[in-house]
Amino acid sequence: MVEEEGFRRYVAHIILWIGIAIVAFPVYLAFVASTQDNAVIANGQMSLLPGGHFFQTYYQTIFVGTSGSTREPVGNMMLNSLVMALLIAVGKIAISIISAYAIVYFRFPFRMPIFWLIFVTLMLPVEVRIYPTYKIVADLHMLDSYAGLSLPLIASATATLLFRQFFMTVPDELLEASRIDGAGPFRFFWDTLLPLSRTNMAALFVILFILGWNQYLWPLLITTRDDMQTIQIGIRKMITTTDALTEWPIVMATAVLAMLPPVLVVVVMQKLFVRGLVETEK
Amino acid sequence: MQKQAIFQSKLLPYALVAPQLSIVLIFFYWPALQAMIQSFLLQDAFGLSTSFVWFDNYLELFRERAYFEAILRTFFFSFAIAVSSLSFALLLAVMADKPLRGVMLYRTLLIWPYAVAPPVVGVLWIFMLHPSLGVLSRYLRALGVDWNPLLDGDQAATLIILAAAWKQISYNFLFFLAGLQSIPRSVLEAAAIDGARPMRRFWTVTFPLLSPTIFFLLVVNIVYAFFDTFGIIDTMTRGGPGKSTETLVYKVYTDGLLGGNLGSSAAQSVILMIMVIVLTGIQFRFVERKVTY
Repeated sequence: MVEEEGFRRYVAHIILWIGIAIVAFPVYLAFVASTQDNAVIANGQMSLLPGGHFFQTYYQTIFVGTSGSTREPVGNMMLNSLVMALLIAVGKIAISIISAYAIVYFRFPFRMPIFWLIFVTLMLPVEVRIYPTYKIVADLHMLDSYAGLSLPLIASATATLLFRQFFMTVPDELLEASRIDGAGPFRFFWDTLLPLSRTNMAALFVILFILGWNQYLWPLLITTRDDMQTIQIGIRKMITTTDALTEWPIVMATAVLAMLPPVLVVVVMQKLFVRGLVETEK
Repeated sequence: MQKQAIFQSKLLPYALVAPQLSIVLIFFYWPALQAMIQSFLLQDAFGLSTSFVWFDNYLELFRERAYFEAILRTFFFSFAIAVSSLSFALLLAVMADKPLRGVMLYRTLLIWPYAVAPPVVGVLWIFMLHPSLGVLSRYLRALGVDWNPLLDGDQAATLIILAAAWKQISYNFLFFLAGLQSIPRSVLEAAAIDGARPMRRFWTVTFPLLSPTIFFLLVVNIVYAFFDTFGIIDTMTRGGPGKSTETLVYKVYTDGLLGGNLGSSAAQSVILMIMVIVLTGIQFRFVERKVTY
């Protein structure tokens, strides 16, 4: 064993707790601010302990929204974010798993060119082609729609590559065995391959859900109607008004609400999250 | 590598790839092609006529001082974000790799910021360091710093770098910890038997063995700083004050959508695409081949 004397251990604990404090402090501050009175915050006299406005602020945030220009309840924004995140995660997994299935388990003309067409998309995030993509979505009359929010973000290869890699490791004997049982391509996919892929799908779902929920630039461009805003867009609009008018408790409550679902997913499904993160990056 | 056991079917495989292929063609290739074509066109101020101008948009860009500064700024931001976030995360990972009680708890408490969206990161940090109401600004002012990131460009840049690095700590920590845990204990024990002290063991054994992870994370962090900082910048400074926090992606956004200069915006997009392809190429070639032991 490599020796690890007591003193060094204490140092390690202390450094880790400092790290945790640095990581947690801005979020703690947001929570504290969301429970205090706006006038106190605007004066720069904010206390570092929670105040008494918790229920009032969160009620107003979720069901009413700010009193200013964009009067949209944050509850509705969260619903939009949720729908978008789910569409992206489920859509990407669904189209990727079947195309990976075709590429691994079938031989057909243009198989490799098609694979490369999909593979190349890995390299270019939506940010570098925003304007032309925006124009296409506008031409297809998909502005301010869930389809417009999610479809362009589904166009990427990570999931396809992941499933392809996984399918390659599935032993050939399984296919032969199910063929002897008289199973065709659909039966084999549904009864054998899909159950085997369950963990991979779950891990991928966790990552894609977080990525979908946190999308910003794309929803910013294609939503014009207030009732189609996602929570990430809503929060920006709340602080556009001149500083003095910003309702900080509501902004901070929105920040907390925007963090809550993805952070919960990471903490509760930590194993799947780590697995998904490591696998999608390879 | 190819499967030996396969299905025979003429149409089914096409039907299976069709959904993904059509989405990729409509929402990826078509816009990318449009961006390339657009980058060779010039539209008049009213959008009534367009003319083919060869590389004029590109030449114009390279003559533009602001674009050059945006490139330099983006690289500087990427470098600063990557170095600060990587070194802090490595320190934490080395500590968490020791046989301590509660390591799983530490891991949980350190990885969750991965899930915080960039615009939210921006809001959290501007609130914390807001010139008039930020809690930390009080202390900075007490220390005699004339703190106002909304007016001072260097301070705004510092703020962006800090916030972006903060968000990336968890990701880097996770990969460093995995990298550290894959280093065989026996190698470290051998070094210990040879009389190497912990610090020396770290720099002569652990660090070199970790180099594939470091290079991988370096590329990921640079790509992150290029693209994912958009949300942070947009909620904190909007590229300002002046243009002191305007990165390449932010410039594409402002020039194309707010400024209406489509040809230039498209040319910038194409240059960005080339940069990302080069970065990804480095990631695939250099990282996987040269830096494994």
